[in-house]
Amino acid sequence: MRIETRRRWAIAWLTGPAYLWLAVTIFLPLSAMLYFSFQKKGPFGRHASEFSLKHYEAFFTKGYLQDLMWRSLEMGFHVTGLCILIGFPAAYWLARRIHGRWREALFLLIVLPFWSNALVRVFSWTIVLRPDGVLDRAVHLVIPGLPTIDLTDSYAAIIIGLVHSYLPYMILTCFLSLQAIDESLLEAARSLGARSWTILGRIILPLAVPGLAAGSILIFVPVIGSFFEPRLLGGPKGTVIGTVIEEQFTVVSNWPLGGALSFILLAIVLLILAVSAPVLKNHMRTT
Amino acid sequence: MSAVDVRNVTKRYGATTALDRVSLAFPNGSFFALLGPSGSGKTTLLRALAGFVEPDEGMILIDDQDVAHIPSFRRNIGMVFQNYALFPHMSVFDNVAFGLTVRRIPRIQVRQRVGKILELVRLDGLDHRKPRQLSGGQQQRVALARALVTEPRVLLLDEPLGALDKKLRQDMQGELKRIQRTVGITTIFVTHDQEEALTLSDHIAIIDEGRLIQVGEPGEVYDRPYTRFAANFLGDANFLSGPVQDSGIMVDRVGHVATTSPLPAGEATLAVRPERIRLVAPDTPAQGNRIEGHVAERVFSGASLTYTVQTDAGPLRVLRQNADGDVIDTGERVALVWSADHSVVVED
Repeated sequence: MRIETRRRWAIAWLTGPAYLWLAVTIFLPLSAMLYFSFQKKGPFGRHASEFSLKHYEAFFTKGYLQDLMWRSLEMGFHVTGLCILIGFPAAYWLARRIHGRWREALFLLIVLPFWSNALVRVFSWTIVLRPDGVLDRAVHLVIPGLPTIDLTDSYAAIIIGLVHSYLPYMILTCFLSLQAIDESLLEAARSLGARSWTILGRIILPLAVPGLAAGSILIFVPVIGSFFEPRLLGGPKGTVIGTVIEEQFTVVSNWPLGGALSFILLAIVLLILAVSAPVLKNHMRTT
Repeated sequence: MSAVDVRNVTKRYGATTALDRVSLAFPNGSFFALLGPSGSGKTTLLRALAGFVEPDEGMILIDDQDVAHIPSFRRNIGMVFQNYALFPHMSVFDNVAFGLTVRRIPRIQVRQRVGKILELVRLDGLDHRKPRQLSGGQQQRVALARALVTEPRVLLLDEPLGALDKKLRQDMQGELKRIQRTVGITTIFVTHDQEEALTLSDHIAIIDEGRLIQVGEPGEVYDRPYTRFAANFLGDANFLSGPVQDSGIMVDRVGHVATTSPLPAGEATLAVRPERIRLVAPDTPAQGNRIEGHVAERVFSGASLTYTVQTDAGPLRVLRQNADGDVIDTGERVALVWSADHSVVVED
């Protein structure tokens, strides 16, 4: 019994600081925001706290907020999908074809975007994508007759910028999954008569699902809440739920609405995760 | 069921030669062991047969068709990997059915054939388990079933029993033999374990440094090793060297040691198996070869004892069955006696 008590104390002492840290940095701000979202007015000026659901109601009554939410989700799916399409083959190539020092060098190149300021990265895309920009000139160098390529303030520009920012997550998570696949599994499949595409579809992809899932979550969640990439690259077309939320805090000072929209976003993310969880769990259990 | 014929196969990795002009015929239906130390090239040879290694030179004939440059998936071979390489995300049934579904065989037939093969390896009833829910022995059976269900021309086994503990290994040896005999498939397996090679196979090829040293039936290779390496790797051996003289050799400070095998000119080395030597009292008259010495060391291993006897020709090992429980003490003088038939001439 005494050992049991002492053990509990030890666990409390060892894990306590971590929980405290989580409480201070995540739980407290989040609960404060939750509190504000149910307030009639923000914490400015002199008025009594008053419980209200009107900001949550606003989302369901104002069609444009739903449209923007849908737009953000769509953007999340597009970016995640493109990251899978580009990141998975890249990770496969890195994990299975490249070895030794080359792999290290390529990894450095992949992680490099993380080293630069995100804002700087996005601004440099505007230089690339504007008319007479880097992309426009490069394309005209190859095919001179083409009309001017102007991706300024377009949905495509937002997607390009976001894919560029978040692709490393997908490559890294997929790389880890793919590297863990034992070469003898692929040889076994080959000896049993399977061609490359069959092996990819029936062995490699199923075993890489944990990496694909982790990468997708790491990308999807921040992308649907993103605001400065859509604003800088999309201009007037770059209004998404993220920019609306940001404006509630920085421009309009309507904290309760910003909070309410944030929690609706969070609820949607959790809903998506809950729906996909059984499928993923099934995979995780076997690998 | 097919005969496999390897002709002059060479494989180089940079400066090292993994296989050096290896020629080897595997008869139809044989159970063939490739025996050698690690790095000897035996695994490279097996992988060349499987199609995972493309030989630089030479031919690999399966049923008189050269498959040396044909990809693995078109060879119709069955392979059991050292770590079994079971697909972790598939059930036992799906693992075994893989080779059949890849060949687009109708579902009903797949179910029938998988059921039959799981019965053969005595795993029926475990279809829905995942590999990680199985014991090592059961995983091995799944791997075997998966390799056999497509009715391959050749079955290849890479260190098939290496990952199992001793008791299970003995059980699986019996199982492997039974299954191989039932199916009648030409089976080639790689091992570094001489006991495994001797008990399982009906043919042994000894490989060292990428070269084939000797091929034959286990008894033949054991009794008539060609080289010092073969004598040492398959079983244990004592070696005596000296100049050749009247159907024997003159060993320094010991005298004439006779052999019945044909001798080369000049110097020769004789190999004598420890269990072929008898230990007798020094004054016992005996025919054949005889060297005296004193017991320097005794190792007890239950059913038998190994004595190291210090003689004028150096230390010699003698294996003696623990039949009547009498044990010779260290320091005692003894005579080592063996027949000329049991001194085998080997190349150095």
